[in-house]
Amino acid sequence: MDLTLNVWRQNGPEDKGRMETHPVSGVSPDMSFLEMIDMLNDQIIRDGGDPVAFDHDCREGICGMCSMFINGEAHGPGRGVTTCQLHMRSFKDGDSITIEPWRASAFPVVKDLAVDRSAFDRIIQSGGYVSVNTSGETLDANAIPVPKPQADEAFSAATCIGCGACVASCKNASAMLFVSAKVSQFALLPQGQPERASRVKRMVEQMDEEGFGNCTNTGACAVECPKGIDLSNIARMNRDFLKASAEGE
Amino acid sequence: MSNNGLLKSSLAKKYLMALTGLFLCTFLLGHLAGNLQLFISGGEGQQAFNEYAEFMTTFPLVKILSYLTYASVLFHIVDGIVLTMRNRKSRPVGYVKEKGSANASWSSRNMGILGTIIAVFLVSHMQTFWYKMHFGAMPMHEGLKDLHTVVLAFFSPENSLGLIAVVGYVLAQLALSFHLVHGFQSGFQSLGLRHPKYTPVIEKTGYLFGIGVPLLFASIPVFLYITQL
Ligand code: HEM
Ligand code: SF4
Ligand code: FES
Repeated sequence: MDLTLNVWRQNGPEDKGRMETHPVSGVSPDMSFLEMIDMLNDQIIRDGGDPVAFDHDCREGICGMCSMFINGEAHGPGRGVTTCQLHMRSFKDGDSITIEPWRASAFPVVKDLAVDRSAFDRIIQSGGYVSVNTSGETLDANAIPVPKPQADEAFSAATCIGCGACVASCKNASAMLFVSAKVSQFALLPQGQPERASRVKRMVEQMDEEGFGNCTNTGACAVECPKGIDLSNIARMNRDFLKASAEGE
Repeated sequence: MSNNGLLKSSLAKKYLMALTGLFLCTFLLGHLAGNLQLFISGGEGQQAFNEYAEFMTTFPLVKILSYLTYASVLFHIVDGIVLTMRNRKSRPVGYVKEKGSANASWSSRNMGILGTIIAVFLVSHMQTFWYKMHFGAMPMHEGLKDLHTVVLAFFSPENSLGLIAVVGYVLAQLALSFHLVHGFQSGFQSLGLRHPKYTPVIEKTGYLFGIGVPLLFASIPVFLYITQL
């Protein structure tokens, strides 16, 4: 396949940045999107240029690093996939492909396509955990009975990989899907109950502090989420936050 | 986090948006029930509509509801502007290519614009009828302010702006329809009211409400204009 890539280039956080056009030829339809970018970078390096900076790690859809906004959609046209799981057979020979970084004030561009998603880490640090005693006599988690449907729902919420596609797709750059998944994975389990109220309040507060936008329930996040995180998590968080605030915890 | 933190939080702004929006939906139902009396022809319809208008401006309980409605409109608009501005700030640099239609409905992406159209309509609507009824010089009929005659004269071919008024009214209802088709169910989601069994019912109700109510509103001036041709 022969393609024309329009790639965002930005030397650093302070640089204004611009789109750059690169033709690539001989792309195999079996390549993953990241392999195609590797090919592009190989070509740029051979021509003596500066390769395109982008984040990646596992290349199997579990780390959530490969943030790329491809042809107007987070992780490109596929559903339920990250960029590393997107294959070039999803495109046609001769296609023009626009590749941009996640756009949100809370995710500043580091270089080219790489953004700083540490805002998510700070939200987790604010309350995305359960406090347990690690004295050596810790209770085995499996000793606490959890109804199967509840365990399944908690597990679904916990599959969120923190990729940020929800923020990138949301017209308001809202992080509600991510935060609500992280709130829900504990709110649905017995171990999460003691800190349930303080957790949701602290995490929402941190989310606001990071400058993410407000949810207007467009649902774009859930459509673009590679892990199929459901909007019911957002409703649960809205409920829990209201309850926690009313109780004045 | 202290309790005044609640008021500053993004979620509280969403609760306010949802509560005021859903309250305005109930207001729309009441308003529509009154307006539908304009379909009754002749002196009987005139009497019924004028009595309704009199009731709406004087009955104490209705007065409380109307103040709640004014407050809701105000808070809904101010909150909507605050939220929209904050959302703009959350993405200072936009995408070169963005395919919004791939993952979200048109209504949901344009609530601010749709709301602004409704707000512009509201100003003109209140100036034409509400202001006149409350503070303007009104014709009288059987001892009551004759709002019926004022409405008919406004949506009439005799009025040089009558056709524009009808078209404007219908377009505003179209904007309201799109606003409600997304807004109705969105309000429930904002309040955390979501349930595998009831949410599909809420969504269907929102659809029916969002299409039915504006359609009935819009049919009235069209009917009045055509029957006076
Ligand atoms: C009769 C008039 C109106 C009704 C019944 C109504 C109803 C609603 C409802 C039910 C929502 C959903 C709330 C939520 O998602 O939580 C909403 C959202 C919204 N409304 Fe209205 N609205 C009306 C007029 C207006 C006006 C005049 C504006 C003017 C600016 C406006 C601006 C907005 C905006 C920007 C949103 C989206 C905000 C968000 O989802 O966070 N609306 N409206
Ligand atoms: S909710 Fe989905 S899109 Fe958002 S960070 Fe988690 S996995 Fe990514
Ligand atoms: S590189 Fe890990 S999810 Fe794509």
